[in-house]
Amino acid sequence: MSVYLLRRLIQAVGVVLAMSLIVFVGVFAIGDPVEILISPDADQMERERAIKALGLDLPLWQQYGIFLGKALQGDLGRSFVFNEPALTLIMQRMPATLELALAATFGAILIGLPLGLYAGLRPNSVGSKAIMAGSILGFSLPTFWVGLMLIMVFAVQLGWLPSTGRGETVTILGTRWSFFTMDGLAHMVMPALNLALFKISLVIRLTRAGVRETMLMDYVKFARAKGLSPFRVTFVHVFKNILIPVVTVTGLEFGSTIAFSVVTESIFAWPGMGKLIIDSINVLDRPVIVAYLMIIVLMFITINLIVDLTYSVLDPRVRLEGK
Amino acid sequence: MRYSIRTAALAGVSAIAFGAAGAAAQNLTIGVGSPVTSLDPHYHQLSPNNAVSDMIFEKLIDTDAAARNIPGLATEWRAVGPTVWEFKLRPGVRFHNGNPFTAEDVAFTIQRLPNVPNSPSSYAAYARPIVRMEIVDPLTIRFHTAAPYPLLPLDMTNVRILDAETHATATTEQFNAGTMAIGTGPFRVQSHRSGDRIEFERNAAYWGTAPAFQRVSYRMITNDASRTASLLSGDLDFIDQVPTTDLARLRADQRLALSETVGLRLIFLGLDHLRAAGENSPHITDNDGRPLGRNPLKDVRVRRALSMAIDRGAITSRIMEGAATPSGQFLPPGTFSHVADVPAPAFDPDGARRLLAEAGYPNGFRIQLNSPNDRYINDARIAQAIGAMWTRIGVRTTVEAQTWSIFVNRAARAEYSAHLIGWGSNPDGSHPLRNIMATVSSERGWGASNRGRYSNTEVDELLSQALVELDEPRREQILIRAQRMAHEDVAVIPLHIQTNIWAMRRGLTHTPRVDELTRAQDVRPAAAR
Repeated sequence: MSVYLLRRLIQAVGVVLAMSLIVFVGVFAIGDPVEILISPDADQMERERAIKALGLDLPLWQQYGIFLGKALQGDLGRSFVFNEPALTLIMQRMPATLELALAATFGAILIGLPLGLYAGLRPNSVGSKAIMAGSILGFSLPTFWVGLMLIMVFAVQLGWLPSTGRGETVTILGTRWSFFTMDGLAHMVMPALNLALFKISLVIRLTRAGVRETMLMDYVKFARAKGLSPFRVTFVHVFKNILIPVVTVTGLEFGSTIAFSVVTESIFAWPGMGKLIIDSINVLDRPVIVAYLMIIVLMFITINLIVDLTYSVLDPRVRLEGK
Repeated sequence: MRYSIRTAALAGVSAIAFGAAGAAAQNLTIGVGSPVTSLDPHYHQLSPNNAVSDMIFEKLIDTDAAARNIPGLATEWRAVGPTVWEFKLRPGVRFHNGNPFTAEDVAFTIQRLPNVPNSPSSYAAYARPIVRMEIVDPLTIRFHTAAPYPLLPLDMTNVRILDAETHATATTEQFNAGTMAIGTGPFRVQSHRSGDRIEFERNAAYWGTAPAFQRVSYRMITNDASRTASLLSGDLDFIDQVPTTDLARLRADQRLALSETVGLRLIFLGLDHLRAAGENSPHITDNDGRPLGRNPLKDVRVRRALSMAIDRGAITSRIMEGAATPSGQFLPPGTFSHVADVPAPAFDPDGARRLLAEAGYPNGFRIQLNSPNDRYINDARIAQAIGAMWTRIGVRTTVEAQTWSIFVNRAARAEYSAHLIGWGSNPDGSHPLRNIMATVSSERGWGASNRGRYSNTEVDELLSQALVELDEPRREQILIRAQRMAHEDVAVIPLHIQTNIWAMRRGLTHTPRVDELTRAQDVRPAAAR
């Protein structure tokens, strides 16, 4: 087990290093951030001063070297735009994204699993067919369109929910959370639903397919023949066996919700990391882009690790050898 | 609650959907389209930052809605010698923390401008002409310059004054945290959440016209559709950067009102003047796609033909939905050094074809027009329309639209033959002349945004005269001559000047600004008028 964890750790460091190098070279290839950040009427002297102030006058390998040296001390550089440490900026906005992703993912499981189970157990009922048709919509409607429609219907037409932004927050352990106020929850409903829609459909489809397959297995037939109650058959024998693909996909989806909820965050003006990264890419704010992607890589590695560990709990046949 | 009774009576008729007008008169929620990056007024020169700075801090010389200079923290100013400007300061002004405003604060501010660490776009250029400051008395300060410098008042409209005592060691981070965002302006910062919102409250001790609202919430909503929807849902009272596609609908909505004014931002085409007449321009070929062997854009007849081929009226009415005015120069009518006898070039495709034939291109040539697609209002669509108009006179045009970060870097390296770009002018002809139409020169600091590398020694000569002329009427005449000369030579192809548009719930009134700044002090309850 510890050998396995150690090996995963070494892999993680390698991936993070490679990522930082790729982003460094990539941003350099796109262009000069100063050309974007500087006031258009700045003269050549001011342009040179800015290039120097941001450390962009050095050759690229030197810039990367300085970055690595500082990164080892836990300093991922200062944002060109905000003049604040990139890590601080990201961490300030992480709670907003995290709570949105958590709400969306749990929502997806709470809604998707029962519906999928129902559709798998009663594949020919009218209800199941409606669920499956609905899940196709969930897959195929683009997020930005659904988001705008939600705003138009629930905020503009009906006036039930606030249209954009994050509501009232409660500060716990130095970070702001909106889980604990009514106003905060009201602001969260639409963006969370918008993010969850795709995931709900995914969970429904995975669960249904799993149930349909498992129901035909010998051990299910045997359990039935033994005279176990349908409830026990479904929730002990079937349910446990269909969870592995659901856990894998939900885990990865959770990761990508945190990392790439850009569209939803912009439409609902949700002050999370997604908005930060897209704004940073637009102005080539390299320290923020690099720090952000490094954090995301770490996060995905962690999530994958947790998913693997969950497997071994769900299915004793899985052994963590890392081969 | 000064307005509540009258407001309620009027609003009861006109703004049924919005209900409680009494409470609304105390609070204002603004939604802006561009994020504010810093509350440090000297860290990053950016319009959204300047707008918010104008609510917290003040300048020696302020500008009114039409961008004319008006007294701010200075009550009067004049050149007392060829190289000395004297400013008389307003007495009795206090910072939000109670400190009095004096000449020491002005001197401190000028010294701070070049010394803001890590600034990506500093205000240092405004301090550079000043070689020495002389505090005559606590309310009089003199700036000594190395050479006569007529633009000093204009520069001072960009410099927000800080307190020498409070801000001696203030860092940008402390400004951003709100703790150091202390000025003399009409609003005080209560809280700032970067990229999300800034909460303000009225500065009760403000020396000027009291702001109409007790509290202002300044929210950043970058998505155009969401910003409009939030206004429609009543979550916002006021928005800027109204998308042109929503204009017709918003105009028709009884619950809303719009405010608009012709701005100072010209959209224009830059042309390749860098390659000599006998060289190939990077994106121009003959009709078979082979190198042309010469740069047709060096011929003024070709440039004029390309300008005449553009139906500016069609672009402003169809693509811009009326939110722009065709123009043949950088400054709109009514501004200092606007050239009255340079109109927007008339649409004349036949004349354009004749001119092309005269210049030796009866069958035209091929050109690529480059444009950003996420920077100016409808930028890529305008480029597409121009591509079609040019093709109609025989100049077969392909359009390539890219994201701004890539486009602007390549444009700066003069890699394009023709490019669409915009310029927000200061209301002074020297500003576009010096930055866009003057010969590129690092020593003089000219032509930093001259991405077509236009160069005309006569224009340069006039500009250098204007930059040391202290007599305003004479300076205006020189600038008019220089601009007329550059535009008759088709240095660039001007297209249109954008209209700045704001939308608000009925019951509010707004003074629209030509400089595009969105500031809470410009919004008032309509009944108060």
